Amino acid sequence: MIRALWAILWRDLRLLLLGSAGGGGVVLPILFFLAVAIIFPFAVGPDPVLLARVGGGVIWLAALLAAILPLDRLIEPDRELGLFDQWALRGIAEEWIIAVRVLAHWLSFAPALMLAALPAAALLGLDGRVIAIVELGLLAGTPGLAAVGVMVAAITAGLKGGAALAGLLVIPLCVPILIFGAGALSIGGTSGIALTGAVSLVLVALAPFAGAAALRAGR
Amino acid sequence: MTMPAPALQASDLACRRGDRVLFAGLSLDLQAGEALQLAGANGIGKSSLMRILGGLALPYAGSVERTGTVGLVDERPALDPAAPLGRSLTFWASIDGPLPEGALARLGLARLTDVPVRYLSTGQKKRAALARLLGQRAAIWLLDEPLNGLDTAACALVEQLVGEHCEGGGIAVIASHQTFTLPALKRLDMAEFAR
Repeated sequence: MIRALWAILWRDLRLLLLGSAGGGGVVLPILFFLAVAIIFPFAVGPDPVLLARVGGGVIWLAALLAAILPLDRLIEPDRELGLFDQWALRGIAEEWIIAVRVLAHWLSFAPALMLAALPAAALLGLDGRVIAIVELGLLAGTPGLAAVGVMVAAITAGLKGGAALAGLLVIPLCVPILIFGAGALSIGGTSGIALTGAVSLVLVALAPFAGAAALRAGR
Repeated sequence: MTMPAPALQASDLACRRGDRVLFAGLSLDLQAGEALQLAGANGIGKSSLMRILGGLALPYAGSVERTGTVGLVDERPALDPAAPLGRSLTFWASIDGPLPEGALARLGLARLTDVPVRYLSTGQKKRAALARLLGQRAAIWLLDEPLNGLDTAACALVEQLVGEHCEGGGIAVIASHQTFTLPALKRLDMAEFAR
């Protein structure tokens, strides 16, 4: 069982990091994240005071959008290939499969995103204190984003136009993470980050059960 | 520890698709070494019955009892399209244990291990799925159209593999339109249970 889960984790990670035949990989969402950070000053003007004030929030929003990009690759291709059925026949619970996938999704985008947040922060002219809060907030919040992403991908797998619906469903579910994560910037303290982590943990705990139930219902 | 002899029993199964009951009152009883061919027109519910027998779908009525592990081969190969065949099969081997000796050569896949699965032909994908099935060492084989896309030699090979599986005490359920020749092959005409 543990051996099987390791094998599945490695496979998921490889697919999510390097992409599959359907395209993707982690490079595109990260480039997208940087592009959002780059075009933002063009939209609001190059006033450094304004950018420094809203820059942290921009990074959070760009992170959320980047986390949404790979949603249609998270569950649907494997469902179509019959992989979930094969795992079910081998007695590997869907809950485990979804939990492993949340971990793989998080590992594939969160570290890269936190790295990319450094040049993005430089582009927006954020100072060191703000960068530290943004990075800590991302560390606390991205597991929740990953959990919501996998959960919603499982719920919308197999639906016509599922990708568009998934994007629409993810955003409201991510609101608490965004409020506390970006809110930590204006408070300037750790309480916001702690709340972000709390919300994140709840979502991570919920995702395997909700995702597995969705997979079974869609069978 | 000895494994209990495999068995597959279904009693009074009914299957519903949408508002329509596909079949009802279907019972079957397979003991170790037995093979069953499901026959019937398209849409009569052969694939649905397979999924119910495998526990992947719930019957509308009735119950299924299985003793032994279940292996399924259907139209989906469950192999990553972008990965080379060798790596795709290694993935399953890391879950199921290694392939039986010579299985790849026997299925004519030995020279294809470097080829990405998406470049394989329909028949080659089917062979690859059969390799995965052999590696799984399941007691109960559910084969949904196992001969689709296979050439004559490969069809004979599948019959041979199923024959060996049953001789070794396994159970096989085969849904196929092609004639499947096997000693002691039972036939179930699903038209009898259609609604």
